[in-house]
Amino acid sequence: MEIKDKVIKYGNDINTDLIIAGKYTKTLSNEELAVHAMEDLDVHFTKKVKGASIVVAGSYFGCGSSREAAPVALRAAGVSCVFAKSFARIFFRNAVNVGLPIVECDTDRINDGDTLRYVLGSSEVINETTGESIPVNPLPEIMVKIFQTGGLVQYFRETGGY
Amino acid sequence: MPGMTIAEKILSEHSGKEARAGDIVFCDVDFMVVPDSTGIFTVRSFKEMEGKKVCDPNKIMFVFDHCSPPPNQHIANMQKYERDFVLSQGVILAEGGEGVCHQLAVEKGYASAGKLVVGADSHTCTYGAVGAFATGVGATDMAATMISGKNWFKVPETIRVNLKNDLPAGCTAKDIILTVIGKIGAEGGNYKAFEFYGDYFEKCTLDDRMTIANMVVEMGGKTGFTCFSGLGIQADEDAVYCETVEIDLAEVVPCVAKPHTVDNWAPVSEVAGKPINYAFIGSCTNGRFEDLKAAADILRGGKLARGVRLLVVPASKDILLRAADEGVLKDLVDAGAAVFTPSCAACVGTHGGVPADGETVLSTTNRNFKGRMGNPNADIYLVSPMTLAASCLTGVITDPRPYVKE
Repeated sequence: MEIKDKVIKYGNDINTDLIIAGKYTKTLSNEELAVHAMEDLDVHFTKKVKGASIVVAGSYFGCGSSREAAPVALRAAGVSCVFAKSFARIFFRNAVNVGLPIVECDTDRINDGDTLRYVLGSSEVINETTGESIPVNPLPEIMVKIFQTGGLVQYFRETGGY
Repeated sequence: MPGMTIAEKILSEHSGKEARAGDIVFCDVDFMVVPDSTGIFTVRSFKEMEGKKVCDPNKIMFVFDHCSPPPNQHIANMQKYERDFVLSQGVILAEGGEGVCHQLAVEKGYASAGKLVVGADSHTCTYGAVGAFATGVGATDMAATMISGKNWFKVPETIRVNLKNDLPAGCTAKDIILTVIGKIGAEGGNYKAFEFYGDYFEKCTLDDRMTIANMVVEMGGKTGFTCFSGLGIQADEDAVYCETVEIDLAEVVPCVAKPHTVDNWAPVSEVAGKPINYAFIGSCTNGRFEDLKAAADILRGGKLARGVRLLVVPASKDILLRAADEGVLKDLVDAGAAVFTPSCAACVGTHGGVPADGETVLSTTNRNFKGRMGNPNADIYLVSPMTLAASCLTGVITDPRPYVKE
């Protein structure tokens, strides 16, 4: 699967309270989560994401709480992929488990408004605006399996366990 | 081969193979802790995975703490969905008012030395204070563990933190861990385990150790052990550490984490005199008996400064009862505090005490992110219970040392 879209770029340390505040997480409706995604960071996020579905950040994206609602809210808001220099570990697992594509790479080489092209699972992302090819860090094998199955729920439905 | 860290030992024991930093291992999990906040999503994922029965109901505890008692009809109904599952599966249930999940996991002995525990909450790392490898996972990860009894783990490298000398009066375990976080940084321990060493741990209490282990996740840590002779598990002498950090406790001072990040360290002296509106003592970080007592000892006989509100929330029912028996609650209430039932309360901004726009909040909790307590327009300073109590008397951020009665 290929992702090609424009970039919305943010900085370092985007925490889970900014991605989705605790007060909005008391719902089983992914659409309700989507409405409030990134609200305390950027009130225009849900509009912007319609024309630029790739979120790019600096280091330590998703730090803070274990709330799975964070990657779910981003996915439901229409985010196609998150690129960051590094991710907090629980967010990293949660994203793979819920099927939100995430990629670790040198995001200093990506600017707000650039267009990226990335084939899920490949070893590089192409910045079409600058013409650069940026190498990405591979996922561990178990995460690749979970992601390729469509997330951890589907993985368990198909395999029945680890 | 070199010796093993505590994390390597526990993951080796639970995977049945030699687990070294960087390896990915599949482990049998000893205990699972599920709070109400993420429990709802855990139950949904369990059903979506077509789970029928949990692997072992005696290995799973659901706790109604993050948003209980529920503040409205909507949340009450969501909790009913979760409670129906808990009752039908026969897992361990801690109802609203019993306490914060991490306090209960230690108090009730579900977490202990050498155990592998996962919790659907990032502060699960608290149980490193009793020697458990304990780490936070998301809701779907938890559902998978409840079905299979297993999960996969990347064996973390370990950062060794050496604390030397004695802690000065008026400083607490909270000041130590805020100082460590300030030095290592919010991302400095991402994916890593921690082992803390020092004579301090031979003298300090379990409450102190829990405060320190609780906040390793604020450096990205996966788990963290407060090592001392009575922990019940120890690393090999020739274990390999990725980094060693030295902290001189003699140089620790009362300190704060300024808005809006936990590693935004400053000594109290830098922010002293700033007016405060609202103060909160509670949470899995500093809602224990000794925290309440430290605040009561400073507040006893005094009154909150005019315009300052204080909310006190014991971290468990046992703590509440002891604080009542020993007169600690009376001292706090006489000084002007409001007391709420044991729960997460104001820490996470979903029930029990939200600050207003533009207010300055002192909190003994673990996160000061924008919006954390339910209002993105409030400024949260993380402090020790002593700094909080002294500041409540004066109405401005205040160094507690002159107020500490020896």
